[in-house]
Amino acid sequence: MTEAGANRPALLEFLLRTGDNTLILGHRVSEWCGHAPVIEEDIALANTALDLVGQTQLWLGLAGDFEGKGRSADDLAYQRDTHEFRNALLVERPNGDYGATLMRQFLFDAWHYLLLTELTRSSEIRVAEIAAKALKEVSYHLDRSTDLVIRLGDGTAESHLRMQDALDDLWSYAGELFVADAFDEQLAAGGVAPNPSSLAPRWEEIVRGVLAEAALVPPSGVYIHKGGKRGVHTEHLGHLLAEMQFLQRAYPNASW
Amino acid sequence: MTKAVTQISNDQVWHWLSEVPDPEIPVVSITDLGIVREVAWEDQTLVVTVTPTYSGCPATAMISLDIEQALRAHGVDKLRLERRLSPPWTSDWIGMEAREKLRVYGIAPPVGKAMVHGGVAARIERRTGVSDPRLSCPRCSSEETEKISQFGSTPCKASYRCRSCLEPFEHFKCI
Repeated sequence: MTEAGANRPALLEFLLRTGDNTLILGHRVSEWCGHAPVIEEDIALANTALDLVGQTQLWLGLAGDFEGKGRSADDLAYQRDTHEFRNALLVERPNGDYGATLMRQFLFDAWHYLLLTELTRSSEIRVAEIAAKALKEVSYHLDRSTDLVIRLGDGTAESHLRMQDALDDLWSYAGELFVADAFDEQLAAGGVAPNPSSLAPRWEEIVRGVLAEAALVPPSGVYIHKGGKRGVHTEHLGHLLAEMQFLQRAYPNASW
Repeated sequence: MTKAVTQISNDQVWHWLSEVPDPEIPVVSITDLGIVREVAWEDQTLVVTVTPTYSGCPATAMISLDIEQALRAHGVDKLRLERRLSPPWTSDWIGMEAREKLRVYGIAPPVGKAMVHGGVAARIERRTGVSDPRLSCPRCSSEETEKISQFGSTPCKASYRCRSCLEPFEHFKCI
């Protein structure tokens, strides 16, 4: 732990945010298991969820190490309450229809891909190592969600309508990914993580390019919903946690 | 790090590990796949370093258990398993012999070098027409094959089908 002293609170916050994003989205995506429209999509969603939950193990495991209170990744995932979660509001959005699920994935994947790319150069070696591992997986996620957004956006009248509806709904939740706070600025100054706002131009370029190809139009000048990063969540997260944490809440420390 | 006289050689350990099959693709061993990164002794304790293929690969825990059981069965009492993330696992570590075993088993092996980064990045960053590598059907060798999904029955595989013999097959992804 080199520069950890001063950066420790910011780094812990960052690891929780990163791990909570992958955990909550991973759980959301796993809700499709057995319900997807075709078996290939069911398998693809389950694999995506698996990658995200696997990455969560690494991020929250490191968060637990930095915290130094002996909490494991599982403890952090299953024994925190809603206000202690640091994920962006985008990932707790309910699945909706297939279009909404894919649009949420695409908006997230494009950001995730850019974030991890930057993190592979982190001054904190353990962060860089996890990022290098996760980036390989997330490249596949982005490749897939890009393809499907184009196919369905530029598909039938029905699929186009659903994708446009999904975009109209989710666009205002994407902005939070790029809003920096004092923790972010501290980590950016120390070369640990990029300033979230610095990812916005490339994200806009990738996302707007794909949306144009998909014949979809992002809404203009909308409000940015935010709060998740500091623990202020929508009602949807509580319902998600009630299901995800049920077993550890009902039978604390159960293992098998 | 002094070697005791009675100590088992590293070559011997590697050989034992080469007999541990991958739990999900048992036709190849865990050393074929490059999952075992290092074998070393710390005093009398054998330290085996392993790396996961994918972050969430459910076989990871099973592989650790299999390694432990195999080595204990060969009389290794003091044993520790360590996880190493860096450098991240790549399909480039699968040797030619193991690739052939995969093909015979019905899984199209990785083709050439992993270029996920370059390849996928190029596609995303304006979809420059970089296409997936051409795959031969592991059953009939036809090159008339198409991708059904980038994902398959395990995290490391994608789903394809052959347009000549019409059989579906899996491809061990290049990452």
